[in-house]
Amino acid sequence: MMWRTTLSVRQAAGVLLAALSMQLIWPALGADDAPPVKSRTFSSGYRFVEMSGEELYVNVCRGCHMVDAMGASGAGSYPSLVTNRNLEASGYAIDLVLNGRRAMPPFGEMMSDDQIAAVVNYLRTHFGNSYQDAVTARDVKAARR
Amino acid sequence: MQDEPLTVRRRDLLSLIGTMAGSAAMYHAMTALGFASESRYDGPIRLEGDPKGASVLILGAGLAGLTAALELRKAGYKVQVLEFNSRPGGRNWTLRGGDTFVELGGARQTCAFADGLYLNPGPWRIPYHHRALLDYCKRLGVALEPFIQLNHNAYLHASRAFGGAPQRIRAVKADFQGQISELLAKVASQGKLDEAVSKEDKEILLLALQSWGALDRDYRYDANLITSEYRGYAKPPGGGLSAMPQPSEPVGLSEILKSRLWRYLQNFANYNFQTTMFQPVGGMDMIGKAFAREVGDLIRYNAKVTEIWQNDRGVTVTYVDAQKPAAQPQKMTADWCLCTIPLSILSQLPINVGAAMKAAIDAVPYAGSVKIGLQFKRRFWEEDDAIYGGISYTDLPIRQIAYPNSGFNRSGRGILLGAYLFEGANSFEFTAMPPDERVARAVEFGAAIHPQYKSEFETGIAVGWHRVPFTLGCSGEWSEDARKQHYRNLCEIDGRILLAGEHASALPAWQEGAILSSLDAIGRLHDRVIKT
Repeated sequence: MMWRTTLSVRQAAGVLLAALSMQLIWPALGADDAPPVKSRTFSSGYRFVEMSGEELYVNVCRGCHMVDAMGASGAGSYPSLVTNRNLEASGYAIDLVLNGRRAMPPFGEMMSDDQIAAVVNYLRTHFGNSYQDAVTARDVKAARR
Repeated sequence: MQDEPLTVRRRDLLSLIGTMAGSAAMYHAMTALGFASESRYDGPIRLEGDPKGASVLILGAGLAGLTAALELRKAGYKVQVLEFNSRPGGRNWTLRGGDTFVELGGARQTCAFADGLYLNPGPWRIPYHHRALLDYCKRLGVALEPFIQLNHNAYLHASRAFGGAPQRIRAVKADFQGQISELLAKVASQGKLDEAVSKEDKEILLLALQSWGALDRDYRYDANLITSEYRGYAKPPGGGLSAMPQPSEPVGLSEILKSRLWRYLQNFANYNFQTTMFQPVGGMDMIGKAFAREVGDLIRYNAKVTEIWQNDRGVTVTYVDAQKPAAQPQKMTADWCLCTIPLSILSQLPINVGAAMKAAIDAVPYAGSVKIGLQFKRRFWEEDDAIYGGISYTDLPIRQIAYPNSGFNRSGRGILLGAYLFEGANSFEFTAMPPDERVARAVEFGAAIHPQYKSEFETGIAVGWHRVPFTLGCSGEWSEDARKQHYRNLCEIDGRILLAGEHASALPAWQEGAILSSLDAIGRLHDRVIKT
């Protein structure tokens, strides 16, 4: 089960008013930074229901790696995924999403083999990355050990 | 003559100790015998012996670091604290009108709440058995008030049960208990439990089910004034000519089971959430501020640690000004270092600890969590719905709506916690949105439970913990395997460095865990210092 919601025009107006009163500033408003008025998928349980690589990136990865995949830095950092040479080895990317590493949470129990393959393929062909050797759900399954 | 017991019975021993030595000794004896163990905290720490001028550098001014600073200075250590933020407390944090929060990625929110209204983005409730935290609140003069975890008149809500209409917790609890009691009484009366219970026990069981489940004398859970005393009335008792109550109609067994609303009842039974719970009057950050009144002079704020280096003589920590990262790095040295930096950050820093501790530091991912505070023009949940404090639970992506536990029955504005997500898919989905959309979605979903949202909402603020610059996540999320493999290595002293914080406790994400971890660490550190 999943939720798909679209904010109405009236609610969107409320958002804009709220935005003004909260002085929201968007220093890095990118082309795919979803404006508030857009349909969005929500999962109903522990696992994600988003299936496409793009939707998984926008609804999950973007929380830390940001809209432009440039990452961010505070007391610690989230790495940029833009033209990231670490993505060249597809097995490394699969392992990171499956098992996590340091601040990166593991998604092995929250995403299926298909979902992990989709998001890895999306990352390896976007944000300045263009690795053509797509991974498959079978690769992910094998990596689960 | 009766058989002489071969050993002294525990109760006799305890009453003997009580008589001879007074209640404190009795208490400690009870604890030793396995009774009355309400906490792992047994009173203020006693660091006896002269540390002979030893110095400790504490990294992080959250509750773990502040506890250590307070106690170590008292014990005679030279103490310094480096803190990334420009305020004390760390995750012990409150947002009020005028406060600004810039999250990772750069989105800036300025809280527009009215005077006296606030959101605790991090910890917000204190169980009665968190005795260390409660003791520090007492010693530091932090006033507490009740945090209402269970309000029988708040709602349980499932989008596909009861046509999406929220149900009062009172009614769900009574119906679930009542229907199960009726079922069990039926089975017992038919003799189907005869193998499991004796005849005498069966009679007691039936009495218990009748009382616990609000059953009538035929052991039925029906529409009558007995059940209404638990689940509420169609027309409650009144006065004068129209005084007589009218019973409400219970929900059937199948419907209450299929609604799945029963799954929220564990939120009131769980040890961590049993009444009585507390919150500091005026906001959770009253605790961090109270600590800082004692040890604020030891803290250097806006200090971003970039490297931790030890040798056999001491520890050198490099840091930069968090506001001016391009400025010259500074160094600070001490004999020892107590590091409370979250592992999400520490795992990224150069630090020369042994392989075992380094592997432990790298083994703990950080949980996602989101809290959204919403301000409304009036306290409609009290005025219209008679909900005074407590929490409504829902299967909508906002998961919870929590009502303020103070300022009851006042007119004027109020704040709701409009969403509280901890782990799970929704916490990531809400974190991945821009803050204004988080607020808008919380308003949109919440209106399914409180339609008043649409006309009463004014302003909101949303904190997604993976975007919080000083933690990069909510709390250490230990897997069972990781804990087995790494936990001890995380807590052991490595040369001149040791770690503390909720991540170095068996109470992850609780402030009590941070304090107990800190007390345990400084106790071991002090032993080491005194012995060398």
